[in-house]
Amino acid sequence: MADYELILFKNMARPGYTGSLEDYQGLGGYTAFEKVLKLSPGDVIEEVKKSGLRGRGGAGFPTGLKWSFIPKDHKGPRYLCCNADESEPGTYKDRQLMERDPHQMLEGMAICCYAIGAQKAYIYIRGEFDLGAEILEKSIQEAYKAKLLGENLFGSGFNLDVVVHRGAGAYICGEETALLESIEGKRGKPRVKPPFPAIHGLYQEPTVINNVETLANLPYIINKGADWFSGIGTEKSSGTKIFSVSGHVKRPGNYEAPMGVTLREIIYDFSGGILGDKQLKAVIPGGASAPFMTPDQLDTPMDFESVAAAGSMLGSAAITVMDEDTCIVWAAKNLMEFFHHESCGKCTPCREGSAWILKILRRIEGGLGQPEDIDMLEHLCDGIGGKTVCAFGDAEIGPILSTIKHFREEYETHINEKRCPYRPDAALAMAH
Amino acid sequence: MKLKVLSDKTKDRIEAEYPKYPDKQSVLLFALRVTQGEHGHLSEDAMVDIAELLDLTPIQVYEVATFYSQYNLKPVGKYFIQVCKTLSCALVGSGSTVAYLEAKLGIRVGQTTSDGLFTLKLVECLAACGSAPMMQINDRYYESLTEEKVDRILDDLKRDGRSDLATGPFMLPMMQGQK
Repeated sequence: MADYELILFKNMARPGYTGSLEDYQGLGGYTAFEKVLKLSPGDVIEEVKKSGLRGRGGAGFPTGLKWSFIPKDHKGPRYLCCNADESEPGTYKDRQLMERDPHQMLEGMAICCYAIGAQKAYIYIRGEFDLGAEILEKSIQEAYKAKLLGENLFGSGFNLDVVVHRGAGAYICGEETALLESIEGKRGKPRVKPPFPAIHGLYQEPTVINNVETLANLPYIINKGADWFSGIGTEKSSGTKIFSVSGHVKRPGNYEAPMGVTLREIIYDFSGGILGDKQLKAVIPGGASAPFMTPDQLDTPMDFESVAAAGSMLGSAAITVMDEDTCIVWAAKNLMEFFHHESCGKCTPCREGSAWILKILRRIEGGLGQPEDIDMLEHLCDGIGGKTVCAFGDAEIGPILSTIKHFREEYETHINEKRCPYRPDAALAMAH
Repeated sequence: MKLKVLSDKTKDRIEAEYPKYPDKQSVLLFALRVTQGEHGHLSEDAMVDIAELLDLTPIQVYEVATFYSQYNLKPVGKYFIQVCKTLSCALVGSGSTVAYLEAKLGIRVGQTTSDGLFTLKLVECLAACGSAPMMQINDRYYESLTEEKVDRILDDLKRDGRSDLATGPFMLPMMQGQK
């Protein structure tokens, strides 16, 4: 693809850049925050709306529009929660943004807080990110010392406190209302919506929840303008996106590129192609929740609309690559183990359905599948999709339905031959 | 307030978090984390202490402690090895990493070595998918594992209590001209 400029990784790509406040300010850091404090909050929201920025956590909801739902006349606190839970399998981009350039995200948070009138922000970081939490705490202390956080910032009268809140191991806490429950010291069980968090969020006050990568874009949108940002990427998916590539590729990694870059370019150019120069068999384009795609879809542009049109979703843009020797039933079983383990248990279809689906996938992979099992899987998925409080239910059936759709004959071979054709020792390999 | 097992230091650390939130319950996840840090796991007595401290009922503490995967309700070894088993890791050999660790340590997944040093557990995705296979030992990540690397990490931990092979601030691929 044509040359392009990095936005989010630009600082950290410079030799010697440490992510310290000094380094960040040396490259213009916090000038956007100073600038927004002279604008009205409404103008900041308009600018972000105009930029076309959409949520980078998975759902792709327009960021400025989300902010505009916060009631203007609300008396009492409002909150920003930065979603740094990063738990979608395949995704490891926010970790890099937080550990390598923490102030970029903190400045984005400050801009958002000013726009929505929040004086307190929580960073919900997954519990396993010990190093990330340490780096963020240190960066926040740096910012307080430099009077970039705290009271009367830049003499504007605007106050802001930022708190790091660590999770403790639960995929579901990346779901925005489960995240709120978890900050409140409860089990991370999603809430019924409506009411939406913009009206009744954290501690029942108006709340915006934005992903790390979403927030990290804000300083540049403010400094360079909405028109500049909307000129990058595609018409409806503006800006760049960080693609986390994993699985059977030669150079796995986080690659930032304009939205609309093709799946082929990401896998074969950025990531160097398939390990051992094997053939590609299947790709998950947007984290474990996204339906599988196949090699004939390699020219799909990676933006929200195009991936949806191809029958999957951009999600968190985590691309998991599987070569020709991968057993698809095994891959689906692996993901179902994940979903079954992580189901919060609130909704019966998800809690029980994930167990049943996993049981059937295990017996198919183990050579004990029945001819009617494929229909049974589809029937179970039908009982889950759209019938749960949160999107987890729809997420967990994506890998099942898409693998049956694209690789039905592979399921049938397992059942007919009473064994896994790819992994004759499958029962031993991951028996735990 | 008479606490049974929580030390004054842990109690002070928990109370120091109060100003960050409008209510005490929000400190619960932190309280469980630091208590586990002190005791190695969460005993019923410790959870009752936390309930007392945060004005919660014991069941409010227990239901949270049993929901999140990082809380240990039973003792674990000094070095708690958690190997990621989710798809990206599994595709590039986490199964072999687990088999190697089992053979090397002489234990199965879920067990602790007889000297109390190592506990082995499988966990779901830890967001290190590009540098798979990977494991977390206590608070640190160890990535792009090979058998040689696993040997060195475990030797380092036994000898020094720490290892330089733990991942620092993350970047993949390296963009700063480093290797």
